[in-house]
Amino acid sequence: MPTLFDKLWQSHVVREARGEPTLLYIDLHLIHEVTSPQAFDGLRQAGRKVRRPDLTFGTVDHNVPTTDRSLPIADAVAANQVETLRRNCKEFGVQLYDINSPEQGIVHVIGPELGLTRPGMTIVCGDSHTSTHGAFGALAFGIGTSEVEHVLATQCLPQNKPLTMKVETRGALPEGVTAKDLALGIIGKIGTDGATGCVIEYAGEAVRSLSMEGRMTLCNMSIEAGARAGMVAPDETTFAYLKGRRFAPDSDETIGYWKTLRSDDDAKFDRVVEIDAAQLEPFVTWGTSPGMVVPVTSCVPDPADEAAERALKYMALNPRTNIQEIAIDRAFIGSCTNARIEDLRAAARVVKGYRINSSVRAMVVPGSQEVKRAAEREGLDQIFHEAGFEWREAGCSMCLGMNEDILQPGERCASTSNRNFEGRQGRGGRTHLVSPMMAAAAAIKGHFTDVRTWQFK
Amino acid sequence: MQPFTKHTGLVAPLDRANVDTDQIIPKQFLKRIERTGFGEFLFYDWRSDPDFVLNEPRYKGASILVAGKNFGCGSSREHAPWALGEFGFRVIVAPSFADIFANNCFKNGMLPIALTTEQVGEIMSRAQQHEGYELTVDLERQTLEDSRGLSILFVVGEFQRYCLLEGLDDIGLTLRHEELIREYEASHR
Repeated sequence: MPTLFDKLWQSHVVREARGEPTLLYIDLHLIHEVTSPQAFDGLRQAGRKVRRPDLTFGTVDHNVPTTDRSLPIADAVAANQVETLRRNCKEFGVQLYDINSPEQGIVHVIGPELGLTRPGMTIVCGDSHTSTHGAFGALAFGIGTSEVEHVLATQCLPQNKPLTMKVETRGALPEGVTAKDLALGIIGKIGTDGATGCVIEYAGEAVRSLSMEGRMTLCNMSIEAGARAGMVAPDETTFAYLKGRRFAPDSDETIGYWKTLRSDDDAKFDRVVEIDAAQLEPFVTWGTSPGMVVPVTSCVPDPADEAAERALKYMALNPRTNIQEIAIDRAFIGSCTNARIEDLRAAARVVKGYRINSSVRAMVVPGSQEVKRAAEREGLDQIFHEAGFEWREAGCSMCLGMNEDILQPGERCASTSNRNFEGRQGRGGRTHLVSPMMAAAAAIKGHFTDVRTWQFK
Repeated sequence: MQPFTKHTGLVAPLDRANVDTDQIIPKQFLKRIERTGFGEFLFYDWRSDPDFVLNEPRYKGASILVAGKNFGCGSSREHAPWALGEFGFRVIVAPSFADIFANNCFKNGMLPIALTTEQVGEIMSRAQQHEGYELTVDLERQTLEDSRGLSILFVVGEFQRYCLLEGLDDIGLTLRHEELIREYEASHR
């Protein structure tokens, strides 16, 4: 009867009492420089310690420059925030993968990469895209700074039990249609609050055939549908990915346990959404919310409400404009959604043998130092360089534009990130969310184009 | 935490859906390491428009914000309720809230009240029509009332209501279960 979520929840209950939230044990707590300083301050003020520094790992990602790492951080306020994390980790005995550490990277990229993220765990981080880790069959969700402090102090979190939603995919994703398009397709269908209060389990053929990178992209975007978390039951793909990773055990006993982490055949979900994956196309967002999305073969829609009118005005788009006629100024390949090695390979395959359009500035920001090294071993950096892309150091970069990587007012960007909110990538910047292949193709053409018809060289 | 029991205040109508935390407090202001200093940057980009509702003198000093559905979606940044609180808001009324944002409010003595779309619409239009429109929020009784006959019952989680009323530090509450936490850890090595 139980769903995967039920099993994960039940196995982490520390205390249940009528009329109170359940106290859940947290197996892994990831921290970064932006949402942790006030939490550590709170600990100090209350004279509390970090209960389980051995289950707590930090890195710097949101605020760090993606340029030359041998130089100090130019922004003094940002530098202070990074330095504060350094000091806090030292004082409280927390492992930090610092700016020049070979493990540094976006928190949701390095967790899985190091094998810290594993099936059956509860994982939290002061970042909404913590849902990414659900790709491994973990219960992973974003929390605020007060909750960061709560977990630091107690390794537990009081939580109200969410509802469950199953997204059942039918058929396989067509060539050129990726996990990102599946995510955007789902959000387009159910809306940006379609899964509020729910934990999503993604299932079906299209999900099973996704790589771990693809599953991470899919689970990452769960929050854009309002979900508390997203998850995929672990399988051989998961076990193969984890094999040999630094923190991942690989005993038969462990893998045997991981295999039990699936929803029972007769499991009941509170809601079920069906998606015909075979019918999906590459998607492009046209507005200022990830739910404002259409297939690349269609047009900017007529505004259905005031929000859509506002969005069109902000985006400087006219209704019924063919998506493929929209010209871009910038392309960004990066973020916790799409900056893993497979994403860079997919983009490089499109880019190979081409030059970016002369009116476009394009940037690749690997998700971690390890992704960067792997890409360089494969020569992907050369492909990007030769095409005119900038090849950067790892970090969140232009996904949220906290560092100097931002759009200028009015600039239009094909972005592999997760949010197209007003000003997200820079004040007045106009963001169109797409897959890595679509962003690469748009950078070369200078406008959006259907990557399914791409002439690979 | 500052307790929340009863509050009467001026209502500001923000008639927009899906107000995300990037709008509430843009990223360039997240570099501070303190919990304070965010209020002046609330809705920073929108406030550069002189016609933005919070720039209207009649809403100056508002402490109750009424907004469209899915308020607080996007990033988990607790800087959003910090900014709202410092600006003067203690209550947000909307048809729905993003989960993390609502959690963050409760941790900061701020009350998110979810009502039906019709109820929110009614409050929105009253706030737009009547200058100086005020609401009284009584968390004990879970009521929302104005002086024009409007009276609405709202629902808040029992535990969250208790914590707000008492102004409780919920870390302290969890630490009372130290023994259970230790037992859990011992049985899950």
